[in-house]
Amino acid sequence: MIYFDKVTKKYADETRALDGVTFTIEPKEFVSIVGHSGAGKTTILKMILAEETPSTGSVFFESVNIHDLAPRLLNGYRRKIGTVFQDFRLLPHKTTFENVAFAMEVAGHTDEEIESDVPHVLELVDLGHKLWNFPHELSSGEKQRVAIARAIVNQPDVLIADEPTGNLDPISTFEIVQIFKKINDLGTTVILTTHNKGVIDFLKRRVITMDAGKIIRDDKHGHYIL
Amino acid sequence: MFWVNVKRVWRAGLINFWRNGFVSVASILVMSITLFVVGSLVFNNALLQSSLDDLKNKVDINVYFITTASEEDILTFKKTIESFPEVALVGYVSRDEALVQFKARHEDDQLILQALDEVGENPLNASLNIKAKDPSQYGSVADFLKQNPLMSQEGTPLIDKVNYSQNKAAIDRLNDIISSSRKSNLARTLVLILASLAVAFNTIRLAIYVTREEISVMRLVGASKTYIRGPFIVVGLIYGLVSALLAIIAFYPITYWFGPLFYPLPVFLTKDVVSELHLFQYYISNFVQIALIIVGCGLALGATSSFLAVRRYLKV
Repeated sequence: MIYFDKVTKKYADETRALDGVTFTIEPKEFVSIVGHSGAGKTTILKMILAEETPSTGSVFFESVNIHDLAPRLLNGYRRKIGTVFQDFRLLPHKTTFENVAFAMEVAGHTDEEIESDVPHVLELVDLGHKLWNFPHELSSGEKQRVAIARAIVNQPDVLIADEPTGNLDPISTFEIVQIFKKINDLGTTVILTTHNKGVIDFLKRRVITMDAGKIIRDDKHGHYIL
Repeated sequence: MFWVNVKRVWRAGLINFWRNGFVSVASILVMSITLFVVGSLVFNNALLQSSLDDLKNKVDINVYFITTASEEDILTFKKTIESFPEVALVGYVSRDEALVQFKARHEDDQLILQALDEVGENPLNASLNIKAKDPSQYGSVADFLKQNPLMSQEGTPLIDKVNYSQNKAAIDRLNDIISSSRKSNLARTLVLILASLAVAFNTIRLAIYVTREEISVMRLVGASKTYIRGPFIVVGLIYGLVSALLAIIAFYPITYWFGPLFYPLPVFLTKDVVSELHLFQYYISNFVQIALIIVGCGLALGATSSFLAVRRYLKV
C-alpha cells in the first residue's frame, strides 16, 4: 500500500532527516514508528502527506508516486489519509461539529450526509454531548478525540498519527490508543509515531525503530527498544 | 456541487467574520480610515477643480475700440472671434453701457462724476470681453488680434487697445499655478492612496497571519486552494463593504459642519475668489458616484488583500 524506496531527505544545511529509507506498509497494518527526537519519524509522516518531498528516492501510495501528483489530484489523495497531530490542530473558530464537518465538506459530501454522519462519528469517540463546544472549551483528551473523529469521518484508507498521545495524561492516552486499535480492527491502516513505551508495549504490533534518519529495527511484534 | 460550495464558502466567511470579532473590528477601523482618505481625495480634487475654474473665470481679454468705431463693425468682428474654437464667450459692451457701468462704479466719487460732466460727450470706448475655453489659449487669441486688426473702410485701425499684454504676466502665472497644482495634487493623491493601501493590506495580512496554522490544517485535510481562499475573500469583501459604509456615513456630518472651512483652498485665498462650491452640497449631489467609488475601492481592497495574503500560506 505504502512503499518508501531509498528515500533521502536532505536540507539546505546538509542535515539528513532521512537517509536511504526503504520499507513497505501493507493494507490494514498497524505500524508504530519510534525513535529519539530528530530520528526522522515526523519526516516520514510528512512524506506520506506530501508535505515534504524527497531529495532522492520515491514514495508510492498504491503504486502511484505521490510526489508526481498534480495539485488537483493531491487534494483527492490527501482525503484518503486521516491525520492526527500531537497538538491537535483543530480549527479554533469552529465548533466540534464544524471541525469534523469541514473534512466532509472538502470531500464533497452533501449537507444531509454531514448532518447524519458527524454526530455518529463524534458518538464513536464519546463526544456526542459536545457537538457545539469550541476547542478552547475542551480538555486535551477531548481535543484529540475531535481530531481523530475528523481524521476518520471520510473513512480514510490510512490514518497517520504524529505523537498523538504526547500531550495527554495516562488515562486519555489509554483511551486514544484503544480508539486507534478499534479503527485498525475495522480495516484502516494506522501509522503512529510515539515516544511512549507503554503504548508500544500495549499494542504489540509492528514497530519500526529509527535513528539519525535510518531504520535500525523493523519488528513484526515489536517492543520499545531504544 | 458548485453552488453548494459557493453557499458553504459564503456561510464560512460570514461565520469567520462574526467569530473573529476583535480582528474584524480592528481591520474595519483601519480600512475605514483608508477609504476615508480615498473619499477625501475625491473632495480634494473637486475643491481644487472648483478653485481653478473660479480663477479661470476671472481671466479675460478686453478689446477697446476707438470712439468712432461703428457698432455694426464691432458686432461683425465679434462674430468672427466667436467662431474661433478656443473662444468660449464674447461679450459686447457698448459705449453707452460702458458709461452707465462707469457711473455706477463711481457713484460715490463726485470728483470723477463732475469731471465726466465737464467732458460733455461720452469719452468711453465700446469693448469686447473675450473669454477663452482655457487660459493657455489667450496667447493665440491675442496673436490673431495683433495680426488681423479691425480696420475702417478708410484703412484706419478701429482697435484702440487690447489689455492682453497688461494681463499676460498674471495669465502666465495662473497657467503655472494650475499646472503645478494639478501635478502636485496628482502626486499627493497617489502617495496617500499607496500609503493607505499599504496600511490596509498589512492589516488584513496580519489578520490572516494569525490563521496560517488553520490554513495548513485545511490543506492537509484535503481542501482545495479555492475552497480555503473563498471564506477569506468573503471576509475581505465584508470588511470592505462595512468600512465603505462607515466612511460614507462619516462624510455626511463632516462635509456639513466642516465643509466651509476647506474652501477656498489657502493657496487661492483672495478676496476676488468666492466659492460656488459647498462640500456638503457637492457630496449630496454626487452621492451616488462618491458612494460607488468608496464601495468599489473597499471591495477591491478587501478582496485583493485577502487573496494575496492567503496565497502566501497556501504553499503546503
